[in-house]
Amino acid sequence: MSYDKFTTLTSPAVPLPIENIDTDQIIPARFLKAVERKGFGDNLFRDWRYDKSNQPISDFPLNQAKYSGKILVGGKNFGSGSSREHAAWAIYDYGFRVVVSSFFADIFQGNALNNGILPVVVSPEFLEKIFAAIAADNNSQFEVDLQNQKFTICATGESADFTINPYKKHCLTHGLDDIDYLVSMKEEIAAFEAK
Amino acid sequence: MKEVEGGPSVLYIDQHLIHEVTSPVAFLGLEKRGLKVLRPEKTVATPDHNVPTINQHLSIKDELSRNQVEMLKKNCANHGIVYHGLGSEGHGVVHIIGPEMGLTKPGMTIVCGDSHTSTHGAFGAIAFGIGTSEVEMVFASQCIMQPKPKKMLISVNGKLNKGVTAKDIALYVIAQISTSGGTGHFVEFAGSAIESLSMEGRMTLCNMSIECGARGGMIAPDQTTFDYVKGRQFAPKGEEWDKALAYWKTLKSDANAVFDTVYEFDAANIEPMITFGTNPGMGIGISQYVPNSDKLTGNDKLTYEKSLKYMGYDQGDKMVGKQIDYVFVGSCTNGRIEDFRAFAQFVKGKKKADNVTAWIVPGSRAVEKQIVAEGLVEILNAAGFELRQPGCSACLAMNDDKIPEGKYSVSTSNRNFEGRQGPGARTLLASPLTAAAAAVTGKITDPREFL
Ligand code: SF4
Repeated sequence: MSYDKFTTLTSPAVPLPIENIDTDQIIPARFLKAVERKGFGDNLFRDWRYDKSNQPISDFPLNQAKYSGKILVGGKNFGSGSSREHAAWAIYDYGFRVVVSSFFADIFQGNALNNGILPVVVSPEFLEKIFAAIAADNNSQFEVDLQNQKFTICATGESADFTINPYKKHCLTHGLDDIDYLVSMKEEIAAFEAK
Repeated sequence: MKEVEGGPSVLYIDQHLIHEVTSPVAFLGLEKRGLKVLRPEKTVATPDHNVPTINQHLSIKDELSRNQVEMLKKNCANHGIVYHGLGSEGHGVVHIIGPEMGLTKPGMTIVCGDSHTSTHGAFGAIAFGIGTSEVEMVFASQCIMQPKPKKMLISVNGKLNKGVTAKDIALYVIAQISTSGGTGHFVEFAGSAIESLSMEGRMTLCNMSIECGARGGMIAPDQTTFDYVKGRQFAPKGEEWDKALAYWKTLKSDANAVFDTVYEFDAANIEPMITFGTNPGMGIGISQYVPNSDKLTGNDKLTYEKSLKYMGYDQGDKMVGKQIDYVFVGSCTNGRIEDFRAFAQFVKGKKKADNVTAWIVPGSRAVEKQIVAEGLVEILNAAGFELRQPGCSACLAMNDDKIPEGKYSVSTSNRNFEGRQGPGARTLLASPLTAAAAAVTGKITDPREFL
């Protein structure tokens, strides 16, 4: 999938201090019927964002004008459940480029990286600090520096290092995906099959 | 196959399974790159997530669902992939048909754009769910790139109590280690209680391994496995069989294998399980009470309380005796013949409770036919139950089988997330036996009372 390159980002963040946010909440199954990768952002967190009559639920953070930015901060074990990549597409399409949590489910983490979203894992304590910074000032800025693998709370200057697989970092910085790489391995694959 | 410098490994895929929901964008991506599916003979397709479970001979009413199913059929035709369409002999939930046809074999690498691909690990295969980008990778190269997982051993020893099934083991283990306990790991299940399980039971357990966050689960192949595979459509035959068997027998982890994490459980501690919350880790023994949140703090506490509020339950509530509205038997977790045998045997001579709507959905055409052949349909009908046609159905409610808002559903599926079975639906995960007990009494009931 083509996506925009990622290097650094400074932005306020949207808090979602709920744990075990599963992919059924990120994008409910009934929105998976599309055959193209378009427009999933409208249905991001659909059932938390809108009530039965499609009216926005006012106390959900994505509906609150005071929160904005390209960073989504979630509680621990973000993205558990189904393998639907639509969850990553919806997050990207909505406009997020970074998701921060103290823990990500494996498949979601892989899907995010394959779609230009940077999952940043921080300690539970640091996660609390981020939530606290947003609570203190809704417009609080955060800096995500992929090159140096650093996440900084600008207001306090506190920062946390995060890890990312070097290959994935390379892909993200250059907007590349795995398929180009794998297709280039054609001969090695054929040799492996012949064994 | 190969390790990328500082990066993930390249893994060759022996069997790729696809369905209508996670494949269309991958086909589109492939075509944009001007590529063809590299090894169409290693891919098998079936539409399962979206399909109706009644009147399958008619055209699918929902336009978007129909479009997705037709798109799969068309894509398969374009790329030379075998397609098991609605109503055909090979149709069913993707994780049910793979093993049934003998496509799933020990030692293979198997992927599918569906997290419950872990099911196939029951055969000692390395099987796991992938995203759509990875589906496209397999189309293009028959390979994917994967970080090396850590290894976890979960052993369950001892004799299982009466009324305790593989589903109960799964829910028990997830409740013990939490929905994130297995993250980053590949799980191997072992121990005498696991070895005693049939292949159906092993599939149920490996199916649910993803619910503890694991990449996949597996059980070392043994005589039970070989007996199950032998004679199936795509199982090796004659001399090939002997060769394969000799290889499969070498696949057992050796006794000194090193695991990053080890858990040991005693089968004697497991009773029939039921969930009370909105993730599969929120399960308790059916005779227990909804735990209170005293020990939790911060977001843990808020999340827990939000979950109970959604379910309409209070801390300290007794599970047994609670009213229910729906019963769903089916899915890739409990949609195999053994599950319907257990359910039918339980309801035999009893009557469905009037307040219960039951959806009994076989996992595949083959299971459906077997149910008929064994005379289970008559038992079900006499007890007031109807058999539907195969598909994922109320497991994720992408078709019309949606549990209405606020209603309680005792379900043999694998996820009780908010809205999983329909917006506002409240799901209680349990085994087919516990589902049967609820279906005939109209409330949560300990199945052991009847055994
Ligand atoms: S039955 Fe449920 S879990 Fe299994 S493949 Fe279908 S939707 Fe997924």
